[in-house]
Amino acid sequence: MNRALTHGIIILGVLLFALPLWMILAGSTQDPGAIARGDLSLIPHWSGLHVYIDVLSSGGAGAQPVWRMLLVSFGMALTIAVGKIVISVLSAYAVTFFRFPFRMVAFWVIFITLMLPPEVRIIPTYDVIAGFGMINTFGGLTVPLMASATATLLFRQVFLVIPDELMEAARMDGAGPWRFLRDILLPVSAGNIAALFVILFVFGWNQYLWPLLVATDPKLDTIVIGIVKMIGVETQVEWNRVMAVAVLALLPPVAVVLLMQRWFVAGLTEGEK
Amino acid sequence: MRRTIFPGWLLPAALVLPQLALTVVFFLLPAGEAVWSSLTRTDPFGLSSVFVGIDNFNDLFADPLYVETILRTIGFVAAVCVISMGTALLLAVMVEGVVRGRGIYRTMLIWPYAVAPAVAGVIWLFLLHPQIGLLGRWLNHNLGWDYSLNGTQAMLLVILASAWKQVSYNFIFFVAGLQSVPRTVTEAARMDGAHGFYRFRTITLPLLMPTVFFLIVVNVVYAAFDTFGAIWALTQGGPGKATETMLVKVYRDGVINLDLGSSSAQSVVLMVGVIVLTAVQFRFMGKRGK
Amino acid sequence: MNRRTLLSGAAALALTPALHARAQSGKTKIVFWHAMTAALNEEVNRLATAFNASQSQYEVQPVFKGTYAETLTAAIAAYRAGQAPNLVQVFEVGTGTMLAAGAAVKPAWQLIQETGADIKAESYIPAVRGYYSLADGRMASVPFNSSTAVMWINQDAFEKAGLDPAKAPTTYDEVTHAAEALKAKAAADFPISSGWFSWIHLEEYAALHNIAFASEGDGFSGLNAVLEVNKPDFVKQLQRFLDWQKAGLFKYGGRDSAGDTIFLSGQAAIGFNSSGIRGDLIKSAKFKWSNAFLPYDPAIIKQPINSIIGGASLWTMTTPTRPVEEYKATAAFLAFLAQPRNAADWHQHTGYVPVTLAGYEQSKTDGFYAKNAGTELPIQQLTRGSVTQNSRGLRLGRLPEIRNIIYEEVEKALQGQQTAQAALDSATTRGNRVLREFEKSVHT
Repeated sequence: MNRALTHGIIILGVLLFALPLWMILAGSTQDPGAIARGDLSLIPHWSGLHVYIDVLSSGGAGAQPVWRMLLVSFGMALTIAVGKIVISVLSAYAVTFFRFPFRMVAFWVIFITLMLPPEVRIIPTYDVIAGFGMINTFGGLTVPLMASATATLLFRQVFLVIPDELMEAARMDGAGPWRFLRDILLPVSAGNIAALFVILFVFGWNQYLWPLLVATDPKLDTIVIGIVKMIGVETQVEWNRVMAVAVLALLPPVAVVLLMQRWFVAGLTEGEK
Repeated sequence: MRRTIFPGWLLPAALVLPQLALTVVFFLLPAGEAVWSSLTRTDPFGLSSVFVGIDNFNDLFADPLYVETILRTIGFVAAVCVISMGTALLLAVMVEGVVRGRGIYRTMLIWPYAVAPAVAGVIWLFLLHPQIGLLGRWLNHNLGWDYSLNGTQAMLLVILASAWKQVSYNFIFFVAGLQSVPRTVTEAARMDGAHGFYRFRTITLPLLMPTVFFLIVVNVVYAAFDTFGAIWALTQGGPGKATETMLVKVYRDGVINLDLGSSSAQSVVLMVGVIVLTAVQFRFMGKRGK
Repeated sequence: MNRRTLLSGAAALALTPALHARAQSGKTKIVFWHAMTAALNEEVNRLATAFNASQSQYEVQPVFKGTYAETLTAAIAAYRAGQAPNLVQVFEVGTGTMLAAGAAVKPAWQLIQETGADIKAESYIPAVRGYYSLADGRMASVPFNSSTAVMWINQDAFEKAGLDPAKAPTTYDEVTHAAEALKAKAAADFPISSGWFSWIHLEEYAALHNIAFASEGDGFSGLNAVLEVNKPDFVKQLQRFLDWQKAGLFKYGGRDSAGDTIFLSGQAAIGFNSSGIRGDLIKSAKFKWSNAFLPYDPAIIKQPINSIIGGASLWTMTTPTRPVEEYKATAAFLAFLAQPRNAADWHQHTGYVPVTLAGYEQSKTDGFYAKNAGTELPIQQLTRGSVTQNSRGLRLGRLPEIRNIIYEEVEKALQGQQTAQAALDSATTRGNRVLREFEKSVHT
């Protein structure tokens, strides 16, 4: 295919996806009244940049300082992402490389969790967490979100296409289950783990309803809750500040994306198939 | 079916245990409660509840509006999946095909995923509202864009908004999937003179199938369950019932209206629907695999 | 990472207690869950801080719990787990649900009786109190933030059309004439726009004209109420909007507050919206504006009576083990909010109407209405005439769903898919089904 055309299509896609983000970035520097009446401009007003210093130092409306909420969100997102990946890799490894009683039952039990709308789980799940005395704890915030059918399914898909020869060779070398996992499976799945980590980090980062319900201690407020608190209903909204905090809230996930880029090394599996 | 396996069952059982424990405690028990409450008529505070058998289900399916909502949801889910996966695949293949700027392109296409749903609703409003939206005003003047009373446009709006959010997700997994297509294979095909789309269809796509299958499942679940926020922020299911999906109705009846019996029954219907759909997919993909 | 460290890590996490500030020095601590955002959130925090500083026995902690619906869901989940907050803010349309909550709540009259708190039902404005009282007048929850619907005028557009902005139309016919003039002079993109269609044009309309929205005194005297919105007066009202729309006079802008943006952006000359958009107008409007009473139909009533409120009230919740001291603290906080100075400040800082008569008087003394033209009008509209059984408010279970049904049917009529009569017939049938479901769920 024509190289110019390829770049053209990609750039079009980039613009399509970046436009809304550019809009918040530009909006954060503008007059909140103008934004509210729909006079938002795509050209940032450089003089309005002080809003960032403003929100970083004073925080949102009646909320915790922005840096603090970013920290809580970061801890939560990281814990959820790592926790999910670890337990999902282990369980996917078990159902694909071992035979044990009720293997497929276990898989389907895990898998079906995908199919239950969170809206109906909320009240019963809250009950369970309350029963464990985990309301208002970091554990209550994160542990219920760690079970992930998505991640288990992904790793199962990835592991299924690993050629038998690879495993036979490993066993010939005398590798046990742990070494096989560490030396073969994980490196082979690096690209997918990176992809999943980005997705899960963002998933955790953007959680709203669950932290809102389970934490009543303002010290556990996440940045998303902070933003929602600033979006006024029945009152005037300082849109520039909302947008500035929204931009700040984007930075850690973007940093994670950039970091994970390094794992997307082309040809990792070269010569192995 | 894998020929070579590790022996023993104690280790694998221990490996699935953490996942299974979380699933049982935080998903199956609540699911059980949801199923139970779908068979009861209960007040929100749980003060009194009466077993009513399948009354809630009978009421649902006796309502022609609910049946319409099911059909509408199926169309919506299909549209969101096709648009978001198609766009993502196209972009992923193109980005992986270029050498210069690949890293930047990837980042630019992934990071929209990080926008918090709470903010996304606001973005769409300032972008597409027919009176105050940046693009919306222009569309309103030139193409009569006004989704507040035009059901078709409202549907188009929520489909595009929902698909937009998911493109980045799909893109990142397609990129990861393309990474694991061995370069040697595509190089060999190139040497054989296979070109463009033909090479993609015969070589790349089959090797991407595990990813495609995974993403179909995830996208169906996403479109059925996670698009509620965008729809709620944009149209609240209106005008009329033009954009009411099953989950919008679950949310409205469960969280706003606090009719727990009916909303649980709707969740069970939704759950069964998606399980059947994925079971069919599993079978289909399993056969193809052989 | 191996399994053992993983598991112990998870266990350690789970057991980490939050850095929860325990009450020092034996103060009784209570929690207040609310849905107030932005400037309103700050104002709630300010009031709580002031209360905590005003005495040494009690300490109230306000906690934001999302939208009204989310706050209520959170409170219900917490109640079921035995962890209900002491005080929760519930939107007016959730009143029916809360009244059916039995032991989960302690009605305000009972709280006052048990604690001997200095809260008098008569001190609240009747049209506000009525919404949250039982049929016999006992107060079930304590009014907090209230607004009402008014007619907003874009004065620039009026002047452009040669109309006198100081003489706002008072009847629907006058509104029609003004709208025609506005259209003829192209003084605005849309002569009329509206938010909150069901609340303003059916619920408020019924109160103003002293006609029943539902039987059983709008539901106050029994759960067996049925909707009456397909009666001729309501059909006439919806037909009016259909005619306006056909003549290019009316622009529908979406549900709830989504319809507010058209007036706020200056594209409509007349806006039917909540009195609460005043803050937005001050901050963002690029035109001169004022507010006026909602119009009325002289064929139905010669002198329109009071309008009804929107907003929320505060409910006291229970747990099986809640000590009596906490109820005392709750009552003390509620009494604090009702003090004239605090009620007046809340009203003046937020743009809500005052909920107590003393808060209203205090604001007059402060000269607030003289300094802020138009801010007294919503209160005058709320307090004119005497409250009848048609203007106390609505006491219907699952009212949010009924509003939603009305939106759906009205939208279909505005799309030209059905007549006004058919729309309201259908809304009545579907709404009554919802009412019967609710009746069954709380009677069992």
